[in-house]
Amino acid sequence: MIKSLTLPDPERDHIHGSADGSIKLLEYGDYECPFCADAQLIVKEIQQRLGDDLLFAFRHFPLTNIHPHAEHAAEAAEAAGAEGNFWGMHDILFENQAALEDEDLATYAAGLGLDGTRLIREVASSVYAPRIRDDFKSGVRGGVNGTPTFFINGERYDGKVDLEHLLGASGGFA
Amino acid sequence: MSTTTTNPQTLSNGHRSALSSGTPAPDFTLRCTPDQSVSLSEFRSRPVVLAFYPADWSPVCGDQMALYNEVLDEFQEFQAEVLGISVDGAWCHAAFARQNKLHFPLLADFEPKGAVARAYGVYDEKGGTCERALFVIDPNGIIHWSYVSPIGVNPGANGILSALEDLKAKKRNDRRDK
Repeated sequence: MIKSLTLPDPERDHIHGSADGSIKLLEYGDYECPFCADAQLIVKEIQQRLGDDLLFAFRHFPLTNIHPHAEHAAEAAEAAGAEGNFWGMHDILFENQAALEDEDLATYAAGLGLDGTRLIREVASSVYAPRIRDDFKSGVRGGVNGTPTFFINGERYDGKVDLEHLLGASGGFA
Repeated sequence: MSTTTTNPQTLSNGHRSALSSGTPAPDFTLRCTPDQSVSLSEFRSRPVVLAFYPADWSPVCGDQMALYNEVLDEFQEFQAEVLGISVDGAWCHAAFARQNKLHFPLLADFEPKGAVARAYGVYDEKGGTCERALFVIDPNGIIHWSYVSPIGVNPGANGILSALEDLKAKKRNDRRDK
């Protein structure tokens, strides 16, 4: 069960930063969405600037009909997470958005020192599909209409996704 | 924030002319492909989600229809049928649906232009398109919930799902009362 549709849940979600961070930023995203790849750079910058004040969490919101590789990419991130490196895979997927075939996913896993064969086996048998669907459903019920959608301390952020605005809304100063 | 305006209890967000809860949904027959038509009355006995949107290919609509396409499983849990509807012609719809791999029908309110949107009170005379309006119609053909979104804002699926849940609960209560 997901405790909150719009707030990170450190017990369930993949979180980055301090669990005590006073600023809670939750992103619903899709690894094949170009806007999410752009937003990734902004999130990185915000993480750097806010340091321990920020708790960042990512939930999957793959639009699988228009992004045919998004589901397997999300499952690969979860599989990497099961081996302890969700964020490593997360970064690689956004950096390599044009190469998200299953072979590519296996290569990225190997590059991270993970078991690529296991990862592909888990992806092929949809081991993490239910979790991704839970993420997706929580987004739909929380007011996510497209990707990326951010929630700052539980409130949907409807402003521009650029450093100045997102950082400003997160309580930092660009 | 649009999430605050999707409470099914309000049943309508006070749009000046959109048909509201309790009104019989006007029946219609429209083309869903260049050689096929559908009528609203074909869907009696299950809920219908009627999603009016301004135009194929405009950016927000793409997102809105793409989103409903991904939420179809949840809609189907309520046995609900989703119908997209705009003033675009059937050939335009066919290309748009193919491009976005849509798995639900898009209806062409094309001739006479916008007649169905007018019947539901959601035709934008100035723009010559449908407004961005949602109707959840109950299995008896009565409007259960309606919502008109600002034209540039994707209303998402949360309000629809809440309305379908509400409808299901109502049906359960009605059964218990009998």
